[in-house]
Amino acid sequence: MSRSYIPHFVHWLGSPPNFYRFAGAWRPWLMAAALIAGAIGLYGGLVLAPPDYQQGDAYRIIFIHVPSAWMSLFIYAGMAVAGLIALVWRVKLAEVVAMESAPIGAAFTFITLVTGSLWGKPMWGTWWTWDARLTSELVLLFLYLGVIGLYHAFEDRRRGARAASLLALVGIVNLPIVHYSVQWWNTLHQGSTVNLFGHSLIASSMLWPLLVMALATHLYYFASLLGRARADLLELEGGKQWVRELVLEESR
Amino acid sequence: MTHWLAMGGYAAYVWPAYAVFFAVLVWDWLAPAFRKRRITRELRGRIAREQTRNTRVPRAEASA
Repeated sequence: MSRSYIPHFVHWLGSPPNFYRFAGAWRPWLMAAALIAGAIGLYGGLVLAPPDYQQGDAYRIIFIHVPSAWMSLFIYAGMAVAGLIALVWRVKLAEVVAMESAPIGAAFTFITLVTGSLWGKPMWGTWWTWDARLTSELVLLFLYLGVIGLYHAFEDRRRGARAASLLALVGIVNLPIVHYSVQWWNTLHQGSTVNLFGHSLIASSMLWPLLVMALATHLYYFASLLGRARADLLELEGGKQWVRELVLEESR
Repeated sequence: MTHWLAMGGYAAYVWPAYAVFFAVLVWDWLAPAFRKRRITRELRGRIAREQTRNTRVPRAEASA
C-alpha cells in the first residue's frame, strides 16, 4: 500500500515509541496552558463578569456547564473519527485515541448533566425534566458508557477497540440531535446564546470568560488524552523491547 | 469576600457545580497515573522473573 500521501510527521507519530515520547514531552505544557487559561477564565467569569439581570449570580454555572457540554460533543466526534481510522486502516494508535477519549468524554458529559441539574433547580424549579436537550445529553452519556463497556467486554483488547469503535460510529447520529434539540423541539432548555461566526446574544464581559474556559477544557482534553494514551501503550506493548528498556530505565 | 461567596443567594447551587467540575477532572487526571504506575510495576516484576529463570538454567546443567 502506498503511504506517500501521509505526511512524514503523521507517519512518524503513528509509531508507539515515538508517540509515547512525544506525548510525554507535550502533556505537561498542555496541562500548564489549560490551568492558566482556566484560572483566567474563572477569574473573568466568577469575579469580573456582572450578575445577570434575570438570573442573578446563578448564571455563573454557565462558565463550566457550556464548555463541558461543548466538550461532550467535541470529544465524541474525535472518538468517532479515531474509531473510523481504527476500523478502516487498523492503526493501533487510532484505537488507543478512540478508546481513551471515551472516559474523558463521559466525564465531561457527567459534569454537563450535574451542573445543568444544579442550574435548573433554582431557575426552572426542578432538578430534571425529560426535555429533548436533557434527554439527548443523557443518551450521549449512555453511548459513552456503552463504548467503554463494550471495549472491556472482549478478552482481546484490539478486537474490543474495533467493536466499540463501530458503536461509537453508529452513535454519531445523536450529535446533531443534541445540538439542534433546542430548535427542533419546544424545550425548557434555553437556545444557544453563543454564535462563533455571527452575533452572540451574550454581553462581551460574559462571553470572553466563556470562550477562555472553552479553550481551557480543550487543552485539558488533549493533556488528559496524551496521559491516558501513554498508560495504554505501555500495557498494549508490554512485551516489546522499547517498553522493557523504558521500564528498566525509569527504575534506575 | 463573604458577599462574593454568597453568590447572590445562589451559593448552594453555584459552588457544588464547581466542586463537581473539579472533582471529576481531578479523578480523570489521577486515574491514568495510578494505572501507569501499576503497569510499570507489573512489567518490572515480569522482567525480573524472566532474568532469574534464565540464570538458573545454565547452573542446573553445570551440576549435572
